[in-house]
Amino acid sequence: MDSPILQVKNLTKIYGQNVIFENISLDVNRGETIVIIGPSGTGKSTLLRCINLLTPANSGQIFLNGQEITAPESNEDKVRQQVGMVFQNFLLFNHLTALDNVMVGLSKVKKMPKARAREKALYELNRVGLSDRADHYPGQLSGGQQQRVGIARALAMDPSVMLFDEPTSALDPELIGEVLGVMETLAREHMTMLVVTHEMGFAREVANRIVFMEKGSIVEQGKPDDLFYRPQHERTREFLWKISELYGKKEEKA
Amino acid sequence: MFGNFFSYILQGVSITIAVTLVALPAGLVLGLGLALLNTYGGPWLKRLSAGYSLLMRGVPPVVLLFILYFILSGNVVNLTPFWAGSISLGIISSAYQMEILRGALLSISGGQMTAARAIGMSRIQAIRYIILPQALRIAIPPWSNEASIVLKDSSLVYALGVPEILRRAQQLSATNQQPLLAFGAAALIYFVLVFLVNRGLDALAEKTKLPTQAA
Repeated sequence: MDSPILQVKNLTKIYGQNVIFENISLDVNRGETIVIIGPSGTGKSTLLRCINLLTPANSGQIFLNGQEITAPESNEDKVRQQVGMVFQNFLLFNHLTALDNVMVGLSKVKKMPKARAREKALYELNRVGLSDRADHYPGQLSGGQQQRVGIARALAMDPSVMLFDEPTSALDPELIGEVLGVMETLAREHMTMLVVTHEMGFAREVANRIVFMEKGSIVEQGKPDDLFYRPQHERTREFLWKISELYGKKEEKA
Repeated sequence: MFGNFFSYILQGVSITIAVTLVALPAGLVLGLGLALLNTYGGPWLKRLSAGYSLLMRGVPPVVLLFILYFILSGNVVNLTPFWAGSISLGIISSAYQMEILRGALLSISGGQMTAARAIGMSRIQAIRYIILPQALRIAIPPWSNEASIVLKDSSLVYALGVPEILRRAQQLSATNQQPLLAFGAAALIYFVLVFLVNRGLDALAEKTKLPTQAA
C-alpha cells in the first residue's frame, strides 16, 4: 500500500487553559473514507480546522502527500487548495450564483481562463446533481442544495483530501439524504475523505474506518463492523449505544 | 424676472456638482482604505484610523475649510478656494464614510472569510472578491445619506466666495432685496439635486439586491 496521503503526528491544540486535543496521531490512506465520531466538544471540528490550517495547532506535525504543511515555510494558501472543506453551515458566498461559487476559486485562485473555469464548474455542479440550479443564488436554494454547492465548490479545486465538518447537522431531516448521497458517491469514486458526523448509518455503510474521539484523544478506531459490534472500550460501546438509540429509530423508519 | 433669477442661480449648479464630485469620491477612497485598515489591520492601524475618524467627525467642515484655506494654503500648499473647499469636505466625509463602510464590513459574517480562505484565497483576495462585494451592497443606503449630506455641505464653500448655488443666491438677495425668492430658488435646486441622488442610489440598491425567494 502507498504511504498515507495525510499524516497527523502528535498534534496538540490548546485554547488558553483549555486543552482541545492532545497528541493526536492519525494516518489517512489514499481513497479512504474515515468517519470521526464522538461527543460534542471533543475537538473533532477543531482537528479538521487544524488540518487545513484554518486554526494553527500548538504542537505536532501534519504531512500532506509527504510534505510537512505545518512547517513554517509552507504556503498555507497553496495547502488549502489541496484540502477541500465542507462546513456545517454551508458558508456559500452569498453574492454569487451557484455556478460562480464553484467558479470563483478556479478563476481567482487557480487563475484558470474564464471559459475553462466555467466548464469545470458546470461539471462539478453536475456531479452533485445541481446543473439546473447554476444561476440560482444561495438565498434561492434549499439547505441541502446549498450544501451540495458547497461540496462542488471544494471539489472544483481538485483537492487531495476532502474534510466534512458535520455537513448535515444544520439540515432538515428530509434534506440530509441528498447530501449523504453525494458523499457516498464520492467515497465510491475513492475520494479521500475525513468526515465528522453523527450520521451512524453513513458511518456504518460508507466508512472504511471509524475513529472514536473523546475528551481530546482518539479512544478507538477500526472498521465499522468492529466498532459497532465488537468495541474494545466501554466508552465506545456507551456512545454508540446512545447515539444508535437516538438515530436508530429514524433509520429503521426510513 | 424670476426666470433671470433662476438661471443665474442655476449657473452655480455645475460648481456645486463639481465640489460634490471631488469630495464624495475622495471621501470614498480614503474612507474605504481607512475602514479596511480599521477592520483588518493590526492594533496600531486600528487606533490610528479610529483616532482620525474621531478627530474629523469632531471638527465642523467650515472650520477645517478655513484651516486649509487661510492657514495651510499659501504656506504649505497652494490651493484655490474651490480645491480647499472640496478637499476639506472630502476629508470630513472620509471619516463618516469610513464608519459606514466599517459597519458594513463588520456585518459580513466571519464564515465568509473562513470559506474564502478554505479554497485557498489569500486574505486580500478574500476581501476583494468575497467580503467587499457584499459589504458595499449593504453600505448603499447609509452611503446615500452621506452623499446627500456632502451635496448640501458643498454650500459651505460659499464662505470662500466660490460662486456655487448658495453664493449666487446670496448675491441676488443682496442686490435685489428679494431674499425669499433668492434663497427659495436655492432651496428648491438643492432639494431637486438631493432627490435625484437619493433616487439614483435607491435604484442602484434595488438593482444590486441579492435574490432570496425561491424562483
